[in-house]
Amino acid sequence: MMKFLKTILLIGAMAAGMSAAVTLPARALVEIDVNKGNIEPLPIAITDFLSGDTMGAQIAGVVAADLMRSGLFAPIDKGAFIEKISNPDVAPRFEDWKVINAQALVTGRVTQEADGRLRAEFRLWDTFAGQQLAGEQFFASKQNWRRVAHIIADAIYERLTGEKGYFDTRIVFVDESGGKTKRKKRLAIMDQDGAEQRYLSDGSSIVLTPRFSPSRQEITYMSYESGQPQVYLLQIETGQRELVGNFPGMTFAPRFSPDGQRVIMSLLRDDGNSNIFAMDLRSRTTTRLTNSNSIDTSPSYSPDGSQVVFTSDRGGRAQIYVMGADGSAQNRISFGDGTYSTPVWSPRGDLIAFTKQSGGEFQIGVMKTDGSGERILSTGFAQEGPTWAPNGRVLMFFREAAGSGGPRLYSIDLTGRNEQAIPTANFASDPAWSPLLE
Amino acid sequence: MRRIAKLTTNPLVIALVAGLAITGCASKKTPNSAADLGLGAGAATPGSAQDFTVNVGDRIFFDTDSTSIRADAQATLSKQAQWLNQYGNYRITIEGHADERGTREYNLALGARRAAATRDFLVSRGVAGSRLKTISYGKERPVAVCDDISCWSQNRRAVTVLNGAAGS
Repeated sequence: MMKFLKTILLIGAMAAGMSAAVTLPARALVEIDVNKGNIEPLPIAITDFLSGDTMGAQIAGVVAADLMRSGLFAPIDKGAFIEKISNPDVAPRFEDWKVINAQALVTGRVTQEADGRLRAEFRLWDTFAGQQLAGEQFFASKQNWRRVAHIIADAIYERLTGEKGYFDTRIVFVDESGGKTKRKKRLAIMDQDGAEQRYLSDGSSIVLTPRFSPSRQEITYMSYESGQPQVYLLQIETGQRELVGNFPGMTFAPRFSPDGQRVIMSLLRDDGNSNIFAMDLRSRTTTRLTNSNSIDTSPSYSPDGSQVVFTSDRGGRAQIYVMGADGSAQNRISFGDGTYSTPVWSPRGDLIAFTKQSGGEFQIGVMKTDGSGERILSTGFAQEGPTWAPNGRVLMFFREAAGSGGPRLYSIDLTGRNEQAIPTANFASDPAWSPLLE
Repeated sequence: MRRIAKLTTNPLVIALVAGLAITGCASKKTPNSAADLGLGAGAATPGSAQDFTVNVGDRIFFDTDSTSIRADAQATLSKQAQWLNQYGNYRITIEGHADERGTREYNLALGARRAAATRDFLVSRGVAGSRLKTISYGKERPVAVCDDISCWSQNRRAVTVLNGAAGS
């Protein structure tokens, strides 16, 4: 695996006389409250990193795109910049940045080490306070330059919002091509911004619902390759595949437990009903969690692993239920008008995202874990399958507009105000967001 | 315009365009009757898969989010059972399908339940359970493609597929 070395940069010109206090988080004047629904994006100037080639501009471009798509930042057009940064080790002329209303400024440099590695440094400045807020450097192989840019964007996001970033992450999803009656579906993986897309399966059989393991190295998904639709594991780097368990009927709707030791999924019973089982991946033992004459599916663990949220139609129509991870205390939590499915527990633990069908439309929403406080973030003709960014602030899902011929991926933040299309080569569905990479 | 005019004078192009137009129409319909398949009733060899599809009907339809076998479906399945009992050498797969108006995992379960309900009905009419297996395709394999109920109602289906003679 790739390693990123990270060091904290002190500003060279001032470092000599600086005490350790300076490296503590400064009381920034610039900050963003992500909980506010109506914030104005923060104007930020992201200068091209100094480099002998195009790499500096490329990295700055990816950083700016990440921050802009978050909806919390408004990168300022480079044409407005007054000062040309020629030495990122010295403080910029803050007046030049204040005058164009850049509340934050990013400068940096990219060089190549003797061993060929890329060395990328950046500094984040509070222009109105006239101080450095962050400064770090990273070493990585050259082909990982995009990851370097995402890591820098995460550092800036974290410093200015107080929340963890989510840019250095990937999405596993299903690439869809061909006519609807015989659509080809392939597992695919890409960066969260749609870059670096590649395939993980050849499209010879239907594949559905890929989900990341907490280690990010592995996914679990469902495939028709054996003739009987069943749940598999796939090692992303090696391509090694493995059937999960040996069940007589269909297995589907898999997800990993937060510790990565178990896969929880639905197993079809002979009578046509579906129940939820957890399988320990080491001992290969299975535990039955539900046993009702109903459809019980789409299980998702709470981040501490103590509870499971799932869909069941035991009350007549599909609704959301919560139970203990041992199957105890199964309680319905959704009571709104319509049906509810695809519940997913937020990585922060505070919310459950879901798909709701009501009035002939599909909605993506969130509710508290007791079912209260339901908020609809997006309504459309056909959309489903939310997945959480690792910081619990953004959801990705797939939507098919009427007559469009196929689904596409979208992200939306928890305020419901910032929706972004995710570019993919073909139609795309079933996105699953990775944890933060390391 | 001139280029288009020139192209369409090519008989091959015209044939291709005509072919596309025909398949375009056909994809909106379900081949569920002899007329759709371009066959006169009874044209198929008795006991053949074609005979089953054309003269008996290989599929039944369901109401929205329902797995109950409707009265019209019961009539079809009774005919299917009679035929399958007459031609006992076929193994059978029952495919359960859902329309697009549900979420993916729920629809996989719904399709499975429809397949099981269909299987159970055939067994109740004397078809040996050992000949029958089921598979759910959820909403993955629609036969009718459009964005309204005329298609969705055709996609909520269970299809009885003949797998060839047992032991073959």
